[in-house]
Amino acid sequence: MNFPIEVNNKIIIARKGETILEALTRNGLKVPTLCHMTELNPTGSCRMCVVEVEGKANLITACSHPVEEWMKIKTHSPRVVNARKTNVELLLSNHPDDCLYCDRNGNCELQKFAAELNIRERRFTGKKNKYKTDPSGSSIVRDQAKCVLCGRCVRTCDEIMGVSTLGFIGRGNTTIIGPSFNRQLNLSSCIACGQCIMSCPTGALHEKRHSADLQHALHNTEKHVVIQYSPTLSISIGEELGMKPGKDLYGIINAALRKMGFDKIFDAAFAADLYIVELAAEMEKRMRSGGMVPMFSSDCPAWVKHVEQTYPEMIPHLSACKSPQQMFGAIIRSYYTTTFHVDIDNLYTVSAMPCTARKFESKREQMTQKGISDVDAVLTTREFNQFIRLNGIDTHQLEPEISDSPFHVQSSAGKLMGATGGLTEALIRTLYSRLAGKEIAQPKITEVRNVKDYKEYYMKIGEFKLGFAIVNSVKYAEKIINEIKAGRDDIHFVEVVACPGGCVNGGGQPFSNDQNIAKARIKSIYDNDEKDPIRFAHKNPAILDLYREYLGQPGGEKSESLLYTTYSKREVSL
Amino acid sequence: MSDILDEIIKRNINVHRDSLLPLLQEIQNELGYLSDESINRIGQLTGMPTSKIYGVATFYDQFRFNPKGRFHIRVCHGTACHVNESMNIIRELERILKIKQGQTTRDGMYSLEVVNCMGACAVAPVMNINGKYMPAAEVNKIKDIIEGFVSNSSVYENCQ
Repeated sequence: MNFPIEVNNKIIIARKGETILEALTRNGLKVPTLCHMTELNPTGSCRMCVVEVEGKANLITACSHPVEEWMKIKTHSPRVVNARKTNVELLLSNHPDDCLYCDRNGNCELQKFAAELNIRERRFTGKKNKYKTDPSGSSIVRDQAKCVLCGRCVRTCDEIMGVSTLGFIGRGNTTIIGPSFNRQLNLSSCIACGQCIMSCPTGALHEKRHSADLQHALHNTEKHVVIQYSPTLSISIGEELGMKPGKDLYGIINAALRKMGFDKIFDAAFAADLYIVELAAEMEKRMRSGGMVPMFSSDCPAWVKHVEQTYPEMIPHLSACKSPQQMFGAIIRSYYTTTFHVDIDNLYTVSAMPCTARKFESKREQMTQKGISDVDAVLTTREFNQFIRLNGIDTHQLEPEISDSPFHVQSSAGKLMGATGGLTEALIRTLYSRLAGKEIAQPKITEVRNVKDYKEYYMKIGEFKLGFAIVNSVKYAEKIINEIKAGRDDIHFVEVVACPGGCVNGGGQPFSNDQNIAKARIKSIYDNDEKDPIRFAHKNPAILDLYREYLGQPGGEKSESLLYTTYSKREVSL
Repeated sequence: MSDILDEIIKRNINVHRDSLLPLLQEIQNELGYLSDESINRIGQLTGMPTSKIYGVATFYDQFRFNPKGRFHIRVCHGTACHVNESMNIIRELERILKIKQGQTTRDGMYSLEVVNCMGACAVAPVMNINGKYMPAAEVNKIKDIIEGFVSNSSVYENCQ
């Protein structure tokens, strides 16, 4: 039901049941918000979105108050603006004020409000927050002093991820946010997905930086620096360069990296192809030899950690394949160094990913050879962008170039892994060829695309009738796992991506409150699949060469020693 | 110990976040404090995240996270005691015992708790050792009060 309300002396149409904020936003009226996020339950705790409603003595929080028919609202009256200004001034009164040294300098919401509301003098001098930063996590750094207690990270961890690592501790002005027992992050149930970083308005949460280390390696003439970058990166960095969201900058990244001085530039979509081929081989082996079915995907390190800590009894279901990043790391350290006569002691492998959990993954004990990690540094998309700027590369003047051989060919199947359901689609394409002995007639499987929360898809391949479950965010994994424990046996493969939407919405991506950006990136992935000449991972000539020259066959002895890994139970407070 | 814990939790197995308090109180009455183990166990048996249970427990002053010492010292920080500068007493106790409020000394002898009102406002500022009220406490006599109490205590004599 629609009804008119009066806002700033003009009539707008509101819908019954929506909040004041929703009605205003839909009509193009912007009210500043801090603790509010569209996909989370409103709390009305920051009081930035207050509006004046005629007949009400107090100002009302627009984000949490339902709109009513009689309302006459003022969104920017002097009283409202003054209240907002005071709120921000109070938040600043105990803030550390070290903006120039802050990770979020330039894209901090608190900073933005202080500028918008024209705060030019310090009216309140509070006791400054003094908390030690928590650098213990291998991916995420918490800087409690900069926290404004908006609770966005807590609700994201709770409502979007379903992990509930973070919570409020204490009460009143001694409240802090932290994991259970206020322990350090590395001892907590944090899966390092980084969605809390994406939701944090200030610099209280940020990724552990690896870029300084990389800069040193890059300018050390003895070091042979090799980079692999995720295909999701090429469709994610455009926005910061002033292009429209989802624009594919595939060749430009190669050119930029070459200008910066990287010795070899590889697209990790190659490793994604390798992963799909190995995964299909493992899947076939499990199907034919009565192994643990359903098999769980293992490409998302956050999901892997979630299984290790929450469902340790399900570890045998996890695919033994390393993730694409670690597979590539292992291949570079073995095949590449021997073929190209690179001294392994001087090899420095970098990976650029839209993900924070990859940093954690590269430090996993199981991901090392003779005590050395396969991947030395992992950059997030944000760090990657900053690294391009730091090295003075003008991307507008670059012409597209291709990545380096011998891994210079990528199929569009591997690139699909950036979106939820993409792995299943790519896997079906390769699995079909293995099980049915011929190629699938229609490689485009729209049923597994744009999965909202959870979806099942059945398909007959050769003699097998296979069930695929696609889980969009770890929060929805509980249901299928409980069903499997209860004896359900019609599902054979479960794909789980920790972040809702897939890697395109990963915790290492550029900051944005716009939901449509992730959609634009997903669209870009699927558009690319339509026009790519190679749409099957197992038809990638570079992959075929690698198997012929080095690995033998998918799932073979060499693959098992290089590309397979193990998992172990983790004892953490859930 | 964990049997008692499991029994209490199983009696309250249907608790949710909004009905967690009675369960936490019962456990504290039984164990004297909320151990990490007990919070983890509540989480395992009820399916609630430990971060939320810990969040609820830390919100209330009534919950302790360390076992009580042999001499449990409570200092009032209610309105009457506050205006009579009970904060100085708390600071002095923290200095003498080398612990913060809510903590227990390493030898398990003393624990310090700050409470909001003990109902003895007429004799503020008031402190209380093992249930015995110490009215009109003065900062420079705190050490004597504790030593006096400890030397008169039968518990202490039994230890000798």
